[in-house]
Formats: sequence, structure tokens, C-alpha cells
Amino acid sequence: MSTLILLLVTGVGLGGLYFLVASGLSLIYGLMGILNFAHGSFLTLGAFAGLAAASAVGQDTWGGLALGLVVGAVTGAAAAAVTELGLIRPLYERHIEQVLVTVGLALASVALFEGIWGPNPRTVRRTEWLTRTTEFLGARIPNTAFLNILAAALVLGVIVAFLKYTRYGLIIRAGVENRAMVTALGIDVRTAFTLVFAVGGAAAGLGGVLATQSLNYVSPHMGASLLIFAFIVTVIGGMGSLPGAAVASVVVAVLQQLANYFLANTGDFIVVLLLALVLLVRPSGLMGRRAA
Amino acid sequence: MSTAPTMNTNVLEVRGLSARIAGQEVVHDVGFEVPASGVTAVLGRNGVGKTSTLRAILGLIERTGEVLLDGRRVDGERTERIVRRGVGYVPEDRDVFAGLTVAENLRLAERTGPHGTTPERRRLVDGLFPDLVRRAQQRAGTLSGGQQQMVSLARALLNDNRLLLVDEPTKGLAPRIVDDVAGALAAAARTVPILLVEQNLKVIERLAERVVVIDAGRVVHTGPAPELLGDPDLIQRLLGVHADGVEPPGADPATTAVGHQKGGAR
Ligand SMILES: Nc1ncnc2c1ncn2[C@@H]1O[C@H](COP(=O)(O)OP(=O)(O)OP(=O)(O)O)[C@@H](O)[C@H]1O
Ligand SMILES: [Mg+2]
Repeated sequence: MSTLILLLVTGVGLGGLYFLVASGLSLIYGLMGILNFAHGSFLTLGAFAGLAAASAVGQDTWGGLALGLVVGAVTGAAAAAVTELGLIRPLYERHIEQVLVTVGLALASVALFEGIWGPNPRTVRRTEWLTRTTEFLGARIPNTAFLNILAAALVLGVIVAFLKYTRYGLIIRAGVENRAMVTALGIDVRTAFTLVFAVGGAAAGLGGVLATQSLNYVSPHMGASLLIFAFIVTVIGGMGSLPGAAVASVVVAVLQQLANYFLANTGDFIVVLLLALVLLVRPSGLMGRRAA
Repeated sequence: MSTAPTMNTNVLEVRGLSARIAGQEVVHDVGFEVPASGVTAVLGRNGVGKTSTLRAILGLIERTGEVLLDGRRVDGERTERIVRRGVGYVPEDRDVFAGLTVAENLRLAERTGPHGTTPERRRLVDGLFPDLVRRAQQRAGTLSGGQQQMVSLARALLNDNRLLLVDEPTKGLAPRIVDDVAGALAAAARTVPILLVEQNLKVIERLAERVVVIDAGRVVHTGPAPELLGDPDLIQRLLGVHADGVEPPGADPATTAVGHQKGGAR
């Protein structure tokens, strides 16, 4: 029983990390129709920048972590906004080229990160509390899981409120439905493009710093590995659906944890199986409005 | 006002407009004028390029040629820029945002700037469509076709536009709702010139002063509306329908729809 609790809670915590990446992917795809392969790079850059800032205060202090999270989010947002303005916007409406550019950026940035920080993972120092566990319903849960769940819930809340209560949120929701009609109402939808990149980049940068706390290291490749699962989550949830991404993040991560424990480390395999199943039975995903 | 140069008597001039969809030219060298008041109707059989002409004017599809709004070339501009110069668009299939509430649909359409939303315009819209005020919090996707058409019209009427482009607003609506929509358009036309694509000859007879007939992507006739409506042979030749029901009261409105034979094209 306590094992099950442990797997479920750590699964939800991992799902939180997936969601931080998948939320941006989903928003960007929903509004712009672009699969952003560079999203993992925003995460990695956010992680390195966040840790560098945290080091100035002390990586193992709460102040250092807080500063790291802020700097990670800001760095992710800035990198994403620059990417959109510099590389995506000049290729307006040329979707294949846009996706190819993000693929190129993803490959080039990993090489750049390796050049700067070396190819190998570096251990991070964490605040003492995050190295410990807390007893919850008889299970000893790593405290990083709680941090991830809290952060993902907050980000979900902020994005939902942004979409629901702001003018740009309204434009984004309308644009996901029918972009041409938004421009036919006199709205320059390109500003919303930059904004979804920035919001998605911020969530990814935040996720990068959080991932270093769970993994206990930072590496030039961490973005790419999380991105794969975030893509799977986005497809299973329904391309462009934020609630879908939230639900699918948790489903995928919990399933992965359970399969890894009970089915001899087959977590990744089971997830891909689930992906295939969803694509066969419900190609638009759990909450997708229409087939992409 | 009295001695305005001829250029300014037309709110819209279209010259040599051609447009392509997926590499195929569907509008060929179209030219016509829309005077600064009243309703100018665009007619033609199904699939001749009426919708494409409106979309080309707005830059929603690839086009060449000249489009002048109030005498100023706008054909090089992006859609949102043209719209902000005061062009309201009511598209063929209403294109309301189904997941947004009625109030959100209207809020999204509100513009700032010289041709933007004004309190008088808001009052006009609330007066014309009291139903929408009651249904402000309803999701637009759950509205009836007629109600969705009201939302689509309201979005365009909220702003102090120079011109409205309205595409088949009565399509697929019950006769009584057609009357409601035509009434709203008549009221709107007193405040802003309208370029109206319409198949229902009764609606055209009620609203339009002038007609532009398109066939196979080209303008084949322009002139005063009564001249066309009073000439059954011309109607038969240009539109391929009999003009029954235009004059006699009580005629079945369905028989007045142009190009019935291909009505299910979409
Ligand atoms: N998305 C599209 N892809 C390919 N061809 C299209 C598309 N939209 C329109 N067309 C073609 O362009 C031509 C003009 O279409 P358009 O919609 O402008 O006609 P229309 O006069 O508005 O017709 P209707 O009376 O049925 O609304 C048609 O031959 C149509 O098949
Ligand atoms: Mg049409």
C-alpha cells in the first residue's frame, strides 16, 4: 500500500514536470500550429541560468532556490520570445520551415550548451529539506515531489486565469479556434504568438530549475529527454488543449512509475504503447476538439 | 460635402482584382465600386467566387490588383490593418468563436481607434439584438444558427466602420429568421454602407440599391437593383433561376434562392 502511495505521489510530481513543458507546447501548437522542438532548449537554458543565479546566493538555501526559479522562468521566457521574433515570425505561415528551424535550434543549442558547460551532468546542491522525505499515508515521499506538484498547480492556475481573464487570453483562446477570423476582427495575432512563446518558455525554464532539484544534477541534455515525454503528453492530451495536457501529464507519469516498478522497468514502453493506443482509438487525443 | 471629388463618392473601389486559393485562380480581374451609402449586392451562382472576392478584398487570400478604401490603396496591407481602417466583416459561415461566450465574442470584436467601438454603436447593437444581451454568458457554439448570425453581425456593428462586407447572412435560416436578419441589415444600412453577398432575391429586393453579378470569377453585370429584378430573362440568364416570388407576396421564399441546384456545395 505504501509503495502504491509512493508511486502515485512521485508520479504526480513527475507529471508536474511534464506539464510545465507540455503546457507551452500545447499553447504554441494550439495557436500557431507549430511543433516546437526547441522547447527543451528553453528548459535547459533556464536550468543553467537559474542555477548560476542560485549559486550567487547559495544553491542550498531557500533564497537561492527562489532566485533560481525566477531567473530560470525569466530566461526561458526571454529565450522563447527571441526565438519567436527572430526565427519563427520571419517564416510567417510557413509551417514546415518553422518546425525545421526549431529542430535546427534544438540541435545547435545542445551543442552550444555542451561547449559552454561540458557534456556531462553536474551535481547540484539543494536545500536540506529537498534532500529529505516526508511521511504521507505511510509512504516516504521525496520532498521534491511536493515542490513539483505545487509549482505545476500554480502554473496551471496562472495560465488558466491568464487565458480566462485577460484580453490576450481571449485573443489566444479565439485564435486557437480560428486564427483568420481573429485577424478579420482587426487584431494583430502575431503579438499573441510572441506571448504564447514567452509564457511557454517561462514554464519550461521554471521546469528546468525544478528538474535539477528532482534529478540532483543539471545537464545539457535534460531538456531533450523531458521534451520527448512532453510531446507524448501533448498528443495524448489533445494537441492544443491545456486541460488535456494537465490530465495527460499525470496519467503518463503515474503509468510510467507504476510500470517501472511492477512491470520490470517497462515504463517508457508502456507510455509509447498508450500513445499508440490513443492515436488509434482517439486520434484527436483525450480532450482535443478535432483531429490535428 | 456638396462638391466632393468623384473619388470620395465611393467608399470602396476594386480594380483588376484576381485571387488564388491553393494556387488556383478563382477570381479573375474583378472590378466594381461601392458607393458611400446604401446596400450594394453581389449575386451569382454557387461557387462563382463571391466569397473569394470578399476574402481577397480583406487580404485573407492571396490576391493581386487594386483595392481602394476611401480612395486610398489598401491592397498591400495586412488583414488586421485593413479592418482597422473601418471594414467590418460578417463571414459566410458566421465564424463565431464557439468556445467563447456571446459576451466574449463581442468583447473580442471591440476596437479602439478612429473607426472603433463607440457607446452609440453599443446601444445600436443592444437595441437590434436584445436576445444577445440576455444570452451574454451562453457559449456561442450552443446558439442557434440565427442567433450565431446575430453575434456575427453584432461584432461588425459594434465598430464605427466605413464599410461592412456581409456574406450570405440569411443562408440556411428559417424564413422568419431571414426577415429578422434582413431587418437588422436594413437598420445597419442606415448607418454604414454594405457590400452584401446574398442569394435570396427577396432580401435583395428589400435591401439593395445596386447589384454586381459575378459568374465564373468575373463581373458579368452591374447596375441598379430594380433593373435586374424587373427583368426575368436577365435573371434567368445571369443566375439560372426563375424570378418567381420576387414580386408576388406570399411566394415560397425557398424558390427565390439562387443556384439551388448546388446548394449543398459545402
Ligand atoms: N478552401 C478552398 N480550397 C480549394 N478551392 C476552394 C476553396 N474555397 C473555395 N474554393 C473554390 O473557389 C471557387 C470560388 O469559391 P467561393 O467560395 O468564392 O464561391 P461563392 O460564390 O462564394 O460560392 P457559394 O455561393 O457556394 O458561397 C469555387 O470553385 C470553390 O470550389
Ligand atoms: Mg460563398
